[in-house]
Amino acid sequence: MEQVKDTQISEHPLPACTVSISPHVKSRESTAKIMWTVNACLLPPLLLSVFIFGFQTLIITLVSVFSCVIAEAVSQKLLHRSITIKDGSAVLTGLLLAYIIPPGVPYWMPILGAVFTIYITKHLFGGLGFNIFNPALIGRAFLVATFPVAMTSAWIMPMNDFSIFKYMQPGVDAVSTATPLYVLKHYGLAALIEKYGAVSTMYKDFFLGVRPGCIGEVSNLLLLLGGLVLIFKKYISWHIPVSVIATIGVLTWIFGGEGYFNGDPILAVLTGGVFLGAIFMATDYVTSPTQKYAQLAFGFGVGAITVLIRLKGGYPEGVCYAILLMNTLTPALDSWFQPKRFAPAKGATK
Amino acid sequence: MSTSLLTFAKGGVHPPESKEITERLAIEKMPLPEEFEIPLLQHFGAPCQPLVKKKDRVEEGDLIGQVTGGLGANVHASVTGTITDIGTSIGPVSLNVPSVTISRDLEAPDKTYTPSDWKSLSPQELLSKIKDAGIVGIGGAGFPAHVKLAPPPGTKVDKLILNGAECEPYLTTDHRVMLEKPEEVIVGAQILLRVLGISEGHIGVEANKSDAIDVLRKAAEAQKLDGAKISIDALQVKYPQGSEKQLIESVTGRKVPGGGLPFDVGVIVQNIGTTKAVYDAVVLNKPLYEKVITISGRGISRPANLQVRVGTRIRDIVQYLGGTKPDLAKIVMGGPMMGFAVSTLDIPVTKTVSGVLFLTKEEIDDQPHGPCIRCGWCVEACPMGLSPNEIGLYVEAGRAADTAPFGVFDCFECGSCAFVCPAKRPLVQFIRLAKQKAKR
Repeated sequence: MEQVKDTQISEHPLPACTVSISPHVKSRESTAKIMWTVNACLLPPLLLSVFIFGFQTLIITLVSVFSCVIAEAVSQKLLHRSITIKDGSAVLTGLLLAYIIPPGVPYWMPILGAVFTIYITKHLFGGLGFNIFNPALIGRAFLVATFPVAMTSAWIMPMNDFSIFKYMQPGVDAVSTATPLYVLKHYGLAALIEKYGAVSTMYKDFFLGVRPGCIGEVSNLLLLLGGLVLIFKKYISWHIPVSVIATIGVLTWIFGGEGYFNGDPILAVLTGGVFLGAIFMATDYVTSPTQKYAQLAFGFGVGAITVLIRLKGGYPEGVCYAILLMNTLTPALDSWFQPKRFAPAKGATK
Repeated sequence: MSTSLLTFAKGGVHPPESKEITERLAIEKMPLPEEFEIPLLQHFGAPCQPLVKKKDRVEEGDLIGQVTGGLGANVHASVTGTITDIGTSIGPVSLNVPSVTISRDLEAPDKTYTPSDWKSLSPQELLSKIKDAGIVGIGGAGFPAHVKLAPPPGTKVDKLILNGAECEPYLTTDHRVMLEKPEEVIVGAQILLRVLGISEGHIGVEANKSDAIDVLRKAAEAQKLDGAKISIDALQVKYPQGSEKQLIESVTGRKVPGGGLPFDVGVIVQNIGTTKAVYDAVVLNKPLYEKVITISGRGISRPANLQVRVGTRIRDIVQYLGGTKPDLAKIVMGGPMMGFAVSTLDIPVTKTVSGVLFLTKEEIDDQPHGPCIRCGWCVEACPMGLSPNEIGLYVEAGRAADTAPFGVFDCFECGSCAFVCPAKRPLVQFIRLAKQKAKR
């Protein structure tokens, strides 16, 4: 018996064992797993947009995603960093960028936006984890500033007949139309309601996604479902999305109509990319605070600036700039709202 | 259900428990190997001076090492035999610990111990028995028990807590000791209460050991407690439930302040294994040279809860259990969250070793680490309310010396932050570096 055991040991001489610091077990989560899960949660709105606007949206999205991935690889090569395109973060930036530009823009536009934002906003600031601003939003802001006409007019009308090949040629043939918030800002609520028939039809269309707009703002229902998956998986917490949406609703209700307490909160949160911004962009780990209270403050700030831009500023939407402005406050918010220490020694707190 | 379970408020994680490998295996007495390497430093403090020299004959239980000054605990011979060397041994964190090697007398019978009456002894006599037996906190810290049980004059202690949380994955030694020796644990608790001159004792046990909770409750009812009250408190299964500060908070609601010790809030904590050793020392007059350790992980042929003598080499244990498996990737002394990875089997078991894990590639995570994505999971996981992410960034930027305001000295390196980190960042390593460079 003893000898059998001896042979067993010599049959398997001790393999080379790793020696490293504790802990020796780790959770199964990883950066790549998080990124790819978020990417998956963003796919249903894309599929719906193909049915609503035609294949044009899919092509624009693929162009944007591939541009981001290639821009990431080239940037990392140029900066002598290891290439990490498999982690899904460039894909995520590509998806989000495609979701917030009008689907009727020419193909070179997302390419330009992708190269600019991946190289400058992300990698020149230090790469993943070090960028101050949400890369996709900077991509959009850059394109809006550079090509204001295309970026605010290349919208596509939703199709009622599901003839999804209708708008295959980009740019020229896209039927330009106005987004709901543009109509609201320049023609008033009555004009908007007239366009949709009745208030309830309008809400329903906006919630389900039958309306002109970016890919990512069409179906609030699908965005919400994606967000619930992320919250259920504990990849994001409810704090930022809820505070953004609630702030926009409440402030629009108070200040958004004739006199006070007369605005339309439902219309306000169903339009202008509020759900996409609140669920998928304001929650970006890198550019938002880590503390729960700081996240609530961050969400409130995003909501308040959005309403301010919509009511007093020149743009009808506002979510994009509101998030970018609050990104700059993230380090400050994290230092103002510190976690509660476990009975620290006297005089040892920061 | 979960509302009635006690736990701590902030942080904590749920690593896979992996206790199913050994939790149903009864404690098994390992046959004695031929040679023992007994380190003279198995406690928190200074090493012992050897009281023996080469070629001396020692009997099982003889005192062979004594601390001459300062903090320390006695070391005893684990077997009857001849001293063959007084040199150094490899330990999990040090490559040369002074040690005594004994070649066992193969003919000598095991020493037998008979129970004696302890109730007639005074607290002072009990304490000196504990001191003579060389008892230390055998859960891992190795703090001499006789020092812990004699808080400085002026401190008012009203509660004793026995730590049966065993929150480290894989380890099942406290579980098996509670299950198989409940009377000895309860009597040990009574002795500790007598030493401290108090009457309120708690045994905190994580709810995944409900069988142990039941037998301890029965044993506590069956024992004549002489006015003492020992309650068995079910704790929520959450790591690091067995950390001293978190355990005290769970059971009493009191928080030990940073830089403070449990007696600052009127509590003394002892581990289950330590309590059993107190029973052995006081009732059986048997010094601490034998303990139960868990040998587990999917890289060992036969996992077990082994009763081994101090000084047994891991190599002998591996041989007894049929060798390692070919996909073994890491050997850890202690639990997987706070234990030490070792690179050799020629390490002797000490009083503070609670287990040796043989982990395969599937069980460990050796992915390279990436940049911090600021997800904040480490901040949520930290039971001390620290921000490991920021400490890590400071250390990476070469500013480890500036990390004292982040509370690095509150960190007890439970590893919860590094466990949850999706970027696999070595946060505990960063914090250890920060502790070395920062000024208190």
